[in-house]
Amino acid sequence: MRMMAHKTRVTVAFILFSALSSYAQESHVGSLVGSAKHGKALYQRYCIFCHGPQGDGNGESAPYLDPKPRDFTKATFKCRSTPSGDLPLDSDLYDTITRGVHASGMPSWRPLLRQERADLVAYIKTFSPRFREEPAVSPIQVPPEPPTSADSVKRGSQLFQSMNCGLCHGQEGRGNGPSAASLTDTRGYPIRPFDLTSGTKLKCGDSDTGIFRDLTTGLDGTPMPSFASALKPDQIWDLVHYIATLRAAAKAADGR
Amino acid sequence: MKTKYTAVALVFLLAIFSPQRWLADAEAQDASPSASVAGVVKFDGTPPKPTRIDMAVDPNCKPGSPAVTEDIVAGANGSLENVVVFVADGLGDHTFQPPAQPAVLEQKGCLYRPHVVALQTNQKLNVVNSDSTTHNIHPSPANNRESNAIQPPGVPLELSFAREEIAIPVKCNVHPWMRGYIAVFKHPFFAVTGKDGTFELKGLPPGTYTITAWHGKLGTQSQKVTVSAGQSQKLDFAFKQ
Repeated sequence: MRMMAHKTRVTVAFILFSALSSYAQESHVGSLVGSAKHGKALYQRYCIFCHGPQGDGNGESAPYLDPKPRDFTKATFKCRSTPSGDLPLDSDLYDTITRGVHASGMPSWRPLLRQERADLVAYIKTFSPRFREEPAVSPIQVPPEPPTSADSVKRGSQLFQSMNCGLCHGQEGRGNGPSAASLTDTRGYPIRPFDLTSGTKLKCGDSDTGIFRDLTTGLDGTPMPSFASALKPDQIWDLVHYIATLRAAAKAADGR
Repeated sequence: MKTKYTAVALVFLLAIFSPQRWLADAEAQDASPSASVAGVVKFDGTPPKPTRIDMAVDPNCKPGSPAVTEDIVAGANGSLENVVVFVADGLGDHTFQPPAQPAVLEQKGCLYRPHVVALQTNQKLNVVNSDSTTHNIHPSPANNRESNAIQPPGVPLELSFAREEIAIPVKCNVHPWMRGYIAVFKHPFFAVTGKDGTFELKGLPPGTYTITAWHGKLGTQSQKVTVSAGQSQKLDFAFKQ
């Protein structure tokens, strides 16, 4: 009888442990549940050449790529909906895989099934212990966008000056500010500030909401900081509206 | 049978958590005279000439006097500034609470003041922008959380670091000449040398310690030292380029 009880306890503990460790090997994107086991096979087929077998961004093609493939072991990600320095949500990684990263070697993996993309997210998370150790984070809030106006754009232009955006992005937003040449990412590789007038799509999603989110979260691993503690949401929208005018001018010049 | 076990457990718990026992421990610690280690850090040879920093890109950077690089700052008598001296080994498994008083890192004249700031794990670091320009404060830790926030003039900002790390480079990407260090310790036995190159580690329990001196450009040096109760041990370091 005592023996039975002991056996039951061991079994329960084992089931609990397996459940917990398999939860760490999962991803949750909407109603999708991704599996790291399936993700591993997909990773080895599609991702390994750039991101490497260890997930450290040192794949066979890495020497030829600029910017360099992401090092998953650090769990530092540019495109997130979470505060500066925090882990991304599963849906952030899913979105990056789906969208691709513009102006980099990372293509859109929309051709893969949604389930397959969720499986990849689960596997990518196994490269860093941070996903097992750190508690889940809440995403930042994006309040509704107020309508743009001449006043909002003007306030945004003043913020662009006072926040020293121009020292990196250039006074006209051309990515050629006086500090631009000195910039490196946290791995020490040279990195260029975005040319806001180029008409090129933004790395983390090309929408006003995307720019609001980028300004709020910052792009981790790069020199681009978070404005969350410095500006109110209305001020960030003013900046978004000003940046939109720089981008619209480029599109008009291109005849698009 | 069961009651007996419960009683034994209760007595045991009381023995561990009794307030008298805690107080007695605290008094015993306070009563035993502690030791200290103090000395000077020197730079051997002729220190390299600092380079002028050109801050022309931002007219709001007003350093007062012409700003120079702070890679190696040595006084006329060879005293070496910005060296972190700390207990690297010998404290055993003791854990230390962070002090309530925050450490302060100021951005002034588009330079970090101090150039090297040291604090305890989970102690608050108040980052102050005393300039009339906007900075971003970007620590690049190897063993702590990275963060990167923009800081306009006068806006408060608070950081803290959960794990020991010697030392985290911190920079302002907007003003690329701005470089500093944040040294994080899990105990309170550390000091940063000032102009005169002196340091003092106070309140050490008697024992044998490895004392390490760390400099951002010149590397680290360690010495073993044994201190008895009430003793002040002298210890000097000399760095070469």
